Amino acid sequence: MALEITIRNNYNNNGTREGWPWLDPFTMIGRAVIGWVNNLGAATIFLGQALWQTFRRKQFSKTIQQIYFIGARSITIIMLVSLFTGMVLGLQAYHALTQFGAEGAVGSLVALSLIMELGPVLTAIMITARAGSAIAAEIGIQRISEQIDALQTMHINPIRYIVSPKITAAIISFPLLTAIADLVGIFGGYLSAVMLLGLNAGVYWHSTQVYVVLADVTNGFIKSIVFAVLVATVCCYQGYFAHMRRDSHGAQAVGLATTSAVVISCVLILVSDYVVTSLLM
Amino acid sequence: MDAPLIEFQNVTKRFGDKTVLDRVNLQIYEGQVTTIIGLSGAGKSVILKHIIGLIQPDEGVILFRGRPISGTKKSVLDASLARISYMFQQNALFDSQTVYDNIALPLRETTNLKKTEIHRRVMARVKQTELTEAVDKYPSELSGGMQKRAALARALITDPQIVLFDEPTTGQDPVRKNAILSMIAQYQRKFNFTAILVSHEIPDVYFISNRILALYNKQIVFQGTPEELESFDHPFMDEVIGSLEALQKELTGLYSQRQFKILNHVQMKRRSQKDPYCLVVFGLQELHAIMSRVGYDTAQEVLSTMGLYIDKHFSAIGGFSTRRSTNEILTMVPYSTLAETEGIVSDFVRDFNAHMIPLIGEKACPSASGGSVDLVILAGIAEGQSQGDIDSVILLARSQQKEIGRLSCAAGE
Repeated sequence: MALEITIRNNYNNNGTREGWPWLDPFTMIGRAVIGWVNNLGAATIFLGQALWQTFRRKQFSKTIQQIYFIGARSITIIMLVSLFTGMVLGLQAYHALTQFGAEGAVGSLVALSLIMELGPVLTAIMITARAGSAIAAEIGIQRISEQIDALQTMHINPIRYIVSPKITAAIISFPLLTAIADLVGIFGGYLSAVMLLGLNAGVYWHSTQVYVVLADVTNGFIKSIVFAVLVATVCCYQGYFAHMRRDSHGAQAVGLATTSAVVISCVLILVSDYVVTSLLM
Repeated sequence: MDAPLIEFQNVTKRFGDKTVLDRVNLQIYEGQVTTIIGLSGAGKSVILKHIIGLIQPDEGVILFRGRPISGTKKSVLDASLARISYMFQQNALFDSQTVYDNIALPLRETTNLKKTEIHRRVMARVKQTELTEAVDKYPSELSGGMQKRAALARALITDPQIVLFDEPTTGQDPVRKNAILSMIAQYQRKFNFTAILVSHEIPDVYFISNRILALYNKQIVFQGTPEELESFDHPFMDEVIGSLEALQKELTGLYSQRQFKILNHVQMKRRSQKDPYCLVVFGLQELHAIMSRVGYDTAQEVLSTMGLYIDKHFSAIGGFSTRRSTNEILTMVPYSTLAETEGIVSDFVRDFNAHMIPLIGEKACPSASGGSVDLVILAGIAEGQSQGDIDSVILLARSQQKEIGRLSCAAGE
């Protein structure tokens, strides 16, 4: 309260600053930080409400539908991306390790890179691009066309009906898709290192089996669950509050909400990847 | 009068710097149809959104059955709000769900009814709102009118005690407007719910409303019956009612019923008790068929042209006309006996058939293909006395209607 009074006292009745113009940059930073903290708090409450609603009645079929949309329909693109990622990894690793006579470690390098890092991260980014943007746009349109208001007037909790199934479905789908990405990526490494470059297949699989332990797989899944929560929450939140954006209105607000959802999700995936990795190490 | 069901006490609402409602006071009573009228953007929908709880007032109190909503326990408030339905101005239908799913949604999500019972109730509403053919379609595949009816069906599916209608007839053709207002009135009588409407349809809403609330300059300036509104002396009447009536005159070429009443009242004061007058009731049969053949805009144009022709013909002898319903025009012929009026009308019929029928034919027939349609123009005359009841004269004239003209559009023209 004291801080608020101090800041207000610097403005006259017209809302213009009376003195200390050198404080302007700090004011801007302060406002941005307050806005950011507000959003963070609101998003956390939003997530809490959505998770709480997960266990209510009549959620099962809606969650299954969302698993189909977020998970099943993303399989093709995830497989394609992870296949080529694995192939590139196999290619690079083979050429790099051959210089040290360690080409036998190609399999483990490819597998560990995919399981611990690239699998969860690439899967999360691809789902963000494919399903996250669609989620933000869909909810945003539902908001500006008053469909969410209509739910409230029908006494249906919009967070239960719209948001909760999406977040639950993401939490279920992300690890499963990550597992598929890991397997297809390892197979991609096999294609380039063994089938194209002539590495012994037994060496490739043996190295993969010996150096990859269960903890690596578990850590990869933990990451993918963290990414799922972040991506689903950010995309739903951006769409749900598209009408409250100050920079735009209507269809433009939905467009910007979708863009924000994708950008913020991608940044959060990479930042949280570092944080989670350092915590798990 | 009973205690109000809903009451606003000095409710103020601002959006940013803009004040939309400024110390609004109003009362809404149970079991009545209450209509809020006012210009576009005046804040009528904001009042409805306050009632349903979508918007909270910045200042003031909203009372529900005498208790302030803000201080009510959440469980009690939820139970109260659960009995309210809201029909949105833009329908707010779920565009990724079929009409059936949209209507069934409140039952599926808020009740434990079995599938068969939900199906029975939904199909009953679908039938009542004439949506049988559209039941498996998505909202984007429907016309504006059908979307409106789907929204109406959804609003009524839970048998609510209070229904809020936000401009239920917006975007409807004149036929559907009347149909929707009739449907609201019929359901209101049948289920005895409290209806709160926001509407521009003056005077049509007067016929179904028990009370009118007039929103003007951010405040409720009038609360009372439609009859009381007629004698309300306020700038609102000139600015709002006048502009809406002017729009109706522009659409039909005729006076509004209120203006007709005023003109009749003025004439009546001038007339002595023995002076006769005659009423001519013109009717149009098969207007619906013409509408579906040439579209509502062209049909409206035909009607407007005809209205102007009637008005021009009868105003030359001091007569004046109004449109009583979609397909009925009423003309007052003052100081004329039945025999004199029959002579005037027969002149009119001759001119009408010579000039007007070919003109209407040009508009209504060649522009579209379709089955053959006959537009039949009827007229009935009845004589009344100055102090007599005008409604009984109208009924008599209607019963005397005979065909005075026919426009035949051949199939596939």
